[in-house]
Amino acid sequence: MTADLTALVVGFARTLRHAGVDAGPDRVQTMLRAVDALGVDERDLYWAGRQTLCGEPDDLAIYDAAFAAYFGGHRPGRGTPFDTTPTLPSVAAPYTSGPPGEGTATDDEPHVLGLSASTVEILRRRDFALLTAPERDEVRRLLALLGPEPAPRRSRRRRPARRGEVDATRTVRAALRHAGEPTTLARRRRTERPRRLVLLVDVSGSMSAYADALLRFSHAAVRRRPTRTEVFTLGTRLTRITRALRHRDADAALHAASVAIPDWHGGTRLADAVKAFLDRWGQRGTARGAIVVVFSDGWERGDPAALAAQTHRLARLAYRLIWVNPHRGKEGFAPLAGGMAAALPHLDEFVAGHTVEALDELVLIIAK
Amino acid sequence: MSTPLPESPGALATALATTGYLADEGLATAGFLALKLGRPLFLEGEAGVGKTAFAQALATATGATLVRLQCYEGLDAAQALYDWDFPRQILHLRAAEAAASGAPLDAAALEAGLYDRRFLIARPLLRALETNPCVLLVDEVDRADDEFEAFLLEILAEAAITVPELGRIAAATPPLTVLTSNRTREVHDALKRRCLYHWVEHPGFEREVAILRERLPAITERLAAEVAAAAGRMRELDLIKPPGVAESIDWAGALVALGARSLDPELAAVTLGAVLKYREDVARVRAVGIAGP
Repeated sequence: MTADLTALVVGFARTLRHAGVDAGPDRVQTMLRAVDALGVDERDLYWAGRQTLCGEPDDLAIYDAAFAAYFGGHRPGRGTPFDTTPTLPSVAAPYTSGPPGEGTATDDEPHVLGLSASTVEILRRRDFALLTAPERDEVRRLLALLGPEPAPRRSRRRRPARRGEVDATRTVRAALRHAGEPTTLARRRRTERPRRLVLLVDVSGSMSAYADALLRFSHAAVRRRPTRTEVFTLGTRLTRITRALRHRDADAALHAASVAIPDWHGGTRLADAVKAFLDRWGQRGTARGAIVVVFSDGWERGDPAALAAQTHRLARLAYRLIWVNPHRGKEGFAPLAGGMAAALPHLDEFVAGHTVEALDELVLIIAK
Repeated sequence: MSTPLPESPGALATALATTGYLADEGLATAGFLALKLGRPLFLEGEAGVGKTAFAQALATATGATLVRLQCYEGLDAAQALYDWDFPRQILHLRAAEAAASGAPLDAAALEAGLYDRRFLIARPLLRALETNPCVLLVDEVDRADDEFEAFLLEILAEAAITVPELGRIAAATPPLTVLTSNRTREVHDALKRRCLYHWVEHPGFEREVAILRERLPAITERLAAEVAAAAGRMRELDLIKPPGVAESIDWAGALVALGARSLDPELAAVTLGAVLKYREDVARVRAVGIAGP
């Protein structure tokens, strides 16, 4: 292979990495070998790269856009399975948001409460929307301590145990050591594993005061069970942020998530976003038997009936469907918002999530 | 291998077509690269687009034996790799005792005889290493637990298994591995990185007509075209479960069994259950009209 071609491929891989595809050096090596095996015309390059540099369906749209941009060509063949628009990550708005109506200027102003009042107990009961900057830092530390442990389910995997069904394999294996005399009966039992936990976080404008806290809660959940927790954000579109939240450091994780979310603080099309989740993830198995938590105020721009239908679908798949509405904890709240009222009949639990204490209770409900 | 390797993606597509599988350009290229580079092929796509059928066709086309490992939760080494046949080992001991009828037994020889290859039950992964040539299909890998991926990864990398009592069993030529996933959970990056990745799409209209005519020799050209067009429209309808090729083959098969020569609205209505599996979807398609608006 010529040095020019190698440089071309490496340059393309770099473009792709900038666009958000995890095309590491080993994948680039494989692409070079694939190009060697196939040839160098444009179609060959296209397929060689697509099958070696991409790793999941979300990568494909980005790949197609990057390929067109880098080589100036077009993707041969038909459209991608999901979106026709490339899902290039856009630069999102900064995620720290001040209390509603006061703007971010309050962050720098001296605040009335003072640190002396910010004891843990008071902070735990304080609405996230009303926090001042130093309080927010303290609350973030409290949130990091929460680690929801989902309720268990029985697994098909069996473990040696003192009681339970007879484990023929182990019994006979032990008997072999005594020239074939079965001396003891070994037993085994089915094990329990935590259920999958799926968090759907509404990041639209009406939830902006709570988004930071809820994403931090999500981060704590992902850190607790990295392979059994999935986090998606709902807005005008669905974004999977599980990967971003796997960062050990909460601030780094939230930064990565905020880069990945293109519709931060935008409008809500809840029904469409829930439907996108069900079509692309939920129905295939992500929501099956899982504990699904929706964090949303239920403000729906679209038709409430559509949200009712999608919530019902979600409820049928999930083991338990929990809806967390930050306004629920406020006095005089009634679930009258069109979407909220429509979703209500299909929920297993309807709780508040506006304070650390409320989220602490949520942890107990998830574990129930 | 008994059959020479195809020289280009096109040649592989032709070889696959002779077995009755019509692959598109992307899938043929993916299969060709997997053969040429000796890499496992990781296939994802909607249910019923022919991921499993591709592995079967690939085995037939390259003259290899297909070994299939269906993954499920709780799958462990004893079911995926190998297991000792303990009851037979006990029988062997008893038989040796009986044959000796009181005479002293050579304990060391007897023990060595217990862990003979003939008492080892080969499960799919070991069988794949011992069969040559072989296509190993690891079906629905996302259903197995993540612990399983770790030892799958090891076997894919080494093309060998170590049985403590016997030693290392290595493949003469590593099997061509095809992994499929329905994305119920995300498979580890470490596993994906070793594989070529391909997303299998629904076929276009012409290819679907060709597939139907290939699979159902009795079908009329008109019926095949109408079924393919109707299935294509259903995929645009935003259904809960859009039909895959497998469903359109079932549907066409049902229509052929009822003696249809074209997509008769009445016959189509009564056979809709072969292609749509949700009440909501059936209602939706009925409202729009099966043969199109």
